[in-house]
Amino acid sequence: MPTIAIPSLIRNLTDGEESVTVEGTTIREVINNLENQYPGTKAKLCDGDRIHPSIGVYINGVLTRVAMHDRLDADAELHFLPAISGGVSSDLYPDEL
Amino acid sequence: MVRKSHIQTTINDEAVEFLCEPRQSLLEVLRDELHLTGAKEGCNNGNCGACSVILDGRLVNSCLVLGVETEGKSVETIEGLAEPDKLHPIQDAFLENAALQCGICTPGFIMSAKALLDNNPNPTEHEIRYWLAGNLCRCTGYDKIVRAVLDAAAAT
Amino acid sequence: MSEKKEYKVIGTRPIRHDGVDKVTGRAIYGADFQITGLLHGRVLRSPHAHARIVSIDTSRAEAHPGVKGVVTAQDLPAAEDKMADLGEGPVNLKYLCDNILASDKALYKGHAIAAVAATNPHIAEEACELIDVEYEVLPPVLEVRQAMEPDAPILHEHLTTSSLGDTEDKPTNIASHLQHKKGDIEKGFADAEVVIERDFVTGTVHQGYIEPHNATAHYNQDGQLTVWCSTQGAFTVREQLAEILQYPVSKIKVVPLEIGGGFGGKINVYIKPVAALLAKKTGKPVKVLMNRADVFEGTGPTPASYITIKIGAKKDGKITAAQTSLAFEAGAYPGSPVGAGAMCVFAPYNIENVLIDGYDVVLNKPKSAPYRAPGATNAAFGTETVVDELAETLNIDPLEIRLMNGAKEGDRRPDGPVYPRIGFIETLEAAKEHPHYTSSNGKKYHGRGIASGFWFNIGLESSVTINVNPDGTVNLVEGSTDIGGTRASIAMQAAEVLGIPAESVNPAVVDTNSIGYTAVTGGSRTTYATGYAAYEAAQDVVKQMKVRAAKLWEVDEDNVQFADGEFSSINGKEEQMSFRDLSGKLSQTGGPVVGRATMDPAGAGGAFATHVVDVEVDVETGKVEILRYTATQDAGKAIHPSYVEGQIQGGVVQGIGWALNEEYIYNDEGEMTNASFLDYRMPTCLDLPMIDTVIVEVPNPGHPYGVRGVGEVPIVPPPAAIANAIYDAIGIRMTELPMSPDRLLKALGKI
Ligand code: FES
Ligand code: FES
Repeated sequence: MPTIAIPSLIRNLTDGEESVTVEGTTIREVINNLENQYPGTKAKLCDGDRIHPSIGVYINGVLTRVAMHDRLDADAELHFLPAISGGVSSDLYPDEL
Repeated sequence: MVRKSHIQTTINDEAVEFLCEPRQSLLEVLRDELHLTGAKEGCNNGNCGACSVILDGRLVNSCLVLGVETEGKSVETIEGLAEPDKLHPIQDAFLENAALQCGICTPGFIMSAKALLDNNPNPTEHEIRYWLAGNLCRCTGYDKIVRAVLDAAAAT
Repeated sequence: MSEKKEYKVIGTRPIRHDGVDKVTGRAIYGADFQITGLLHGRVLRSPHAHARIVSIDTSRAEAHPGVKGVVTAQDLPAAEDKMADLGEGPVNLKYLCDNILASDKALYKGHAIAAVAATNPHIAEEACELIDVEYEVLPPVLEVRQAMEPDAPILHEHLTTSSLGDTEDKPTNIASHLQHKKGDIEKGFADAEVVIERDFVTGTVHQGYIEPHNATAHYNQDGQLTVWCSTQGAFTVREQLAEILQYPVSKIKVVPLEIGGGFGGKINVYIKPVAALLAKKTGKPVKVLMNRADVFEGTGPTPASYITIKIGAKKDGKITAAQTSLAFEAGAYPGSPVGAGAMCVFAPYNIENVLIDGYDVVLNKPKSAPYRAPGATNAAFGTETVVDELAETLNIDPLEIRLMNGAKEGDRRPDGPVYPRIGFIETLEAAKEHPHYTSSNGKKYHGRGIASGFWFNIGLESSVTINVNPDGTVNLVEGSTDIGGTRASIAMQAAEVLGIPAESVNPAVVDTNSIGYTAVTGGSRTTYATGYAAYEAAQDVVKQMKVRAAKLWEVDEDNVQFADGEFSSINGKEEQMSFRDLSGKLSQTGGPVVGRATMDPAGAGGAFATHVVDVEVDVETGKVEILRYTATQDAGKAIHPSYVEGQIQGGVVQGIGWALNEEYIYNDEGEMTNASFLDYRMPTCLDLPMIDTVIVEVPNPGHPYGVRGVGEVPIVPPPAAIANAIYDAIGIRMTELPMSPDRLLKALGKI
């Protein structure tokens, strides 16, 4: 079962759990099952039917621009980290030279 | 409309005539009137050296010289440096040392280095750093530029 | 990963492909562009840091001889308060548009208010003076702690703090709050035997590229908009223009010209939409150029910040807990790099108990823009100074304490994800063995400091096509603007695959109509991701050419192999042909071969650096002299080592400027008082020694040649390394950037 690391600011919704495992083979299923287990979490992570634009999803430690229908391995580990709001150039996609 | 002046000068060994407003800098004349865009504008007030050219043998910031001041004088710009089939040794040294990244400062550095080597063919590292202190480069950290000038001096 | 691969092209140092154009002055940068019928634009900017715009009267300017058109925010399509996704993260459209031309409020000195197009730049400038703007001046907010106060003047009446937790209703300047929490922070500090806690302040600094922003725009009669400009990302410009102008991407072509530096500052658009509005209004092509003061006052600096760091450790040096609060100045609109800063702040270390809070705060300065590893330098200044103090307190060598706590493959980052193979430890070991570190440094007022840094690097989309020429050379078409030699580093990866010299690849950077989508040159991604696409496109060429060889030799294509630039047949028939010879036979075997690839690779592989610096402090003048500098960095694999060294040296020197001199100096009215290169003093070559580099190569498993991005991380360690060296020299911990002579003298009690 995929593991979801719960962002600290919404751990009040998961009885303080830092990470939980939920059933699901796609991001959508996993988030819906998380919502069933811990009501209120989906609204924090999603904006309608997509990942909230201010959140970056990491699958197994790698920042991935996911869609809700993306498939997940059974042992996938998901992190929802701030994608940083506001700028055209959100900080993860900045400068080089 | 401001009345324009008629100027006769020499640029890269060619006789050149142009019309310019008294308020136009040499940099503007080179770039906008004569389409010699090798000299760059980084600051327009003498602080970056991107516009460096050689005027009657002296290194100047062309943004601080008026176009009308070149009457009867001789201007050397980056466009006049290479021969048709061969780069100038300073240009070669810049390429071989990877002394440019974005390259916007490069024409200014090369003209500045030329003015140095014309007068002092064997400068020390410190002399090079002292002379080039009027040219800003934000990309390279100057290391490879200084090495390029040392190499160019050794090659000539 | 241990066996060293043999490469023919990778790791060599060919002359860059665009080199001759750039040393002869022939390369066309944004401002060099000419087109017939060209008008010149100039932007009027707010003289006030915070003011309500009561009215704008452009009639006198319009009547000025030579003026062809004037635009204000009224000429922009009405912007909704909605989030647009520009492929690079979300952005509030209203904020985006208001930063182009202010509609109701001027939020910083230099904020664009109106623009004029005229027959020459001088006339446009004169006409700007004739625009009558009535302002109601408001008190400015200029410092992040002041802006966070409950009674601070408010910039945006509708801005409330957003965070994953609860959102407040009250208007505030705190745009967002984020948090990372790992383990049990109280227990971690309870277990510690030494705890060091300090506050840090960093100044507002600018990217400082030498080429000012520029744009030339033209609308054809058929509605096609073309914009010629220098930018880090032509496609990003196209997206931003489409949103701001509410115009279809299919009708916008962005032509990237050569770019004179960016460092993150040429991703956001400023005058490009203004040039487009003026072109629309006048029906003529319009060129808009910034001057240097415009660049300082009107484009993104990187934010000042206030940072608290608290780290606890056992007596043996093992870190048990780390806590931080980072407050970053976003400038006039939300979007500082505090998120990245929060992810980088403790990233080099494997720490069990961590609490990180970050705040994005608006105030009356230009909207911040990315600058080389955005957020990481501010954060590392704090962490690396405190780690140094821990080492000193515990009497442990500063490299040893880092080796003891340094993150390795499999360790969990403070923000959660687990590290793949990384090379932090290797950079520490390289520094430890370097003759610089083993040399003695005992003179009075001389000091040595070390510091480390981390930056993520990114992947994102890149497209490459490769056209094979009949003489065995190839033309490589890409969409990544070349700011520092990436034509070479990308071409070399294709050359390696094809078994041809780097010089046999002709790379071309093309416009948005001529290549598949390619994200910005930024995030240290270009040699990694566009290089990866070049690798795949070259593989595609090889695959297609094998089919041609099979045809010629009348064998099954599975029986053709390719190695070292030679095609050969296996199983029976002895046939062999070089890439070059087969290239000459394409027209007889089915026509041209075009290889193509698009990539969005996920495994960018983080970059680590460790720097060693020796300084001398002049205790009479407060001046700090850099005597020696050595930077070690994990590059994964250096494709063109000269340009990797150049990236490291350039980043180090920007970091030195940030550490010692550079800052925006404001008066009480919120005016920047040093908006010129003379007064905003960036390092010159006379201020510096040679910068030694050590390239460590721990291959990135996420790239076929092991490439990691190299451009950003070298700016991260210098301020902390120099602060630690100053401490070693004079025994004073400097906690405020820049560590300029006046601050040194104050710290020394001399003024
Ligand atoms: S443009 Fe002349 S010195 Fe900067
Ligand atoms: S190479 Fe970019 S400024 Fe010098």
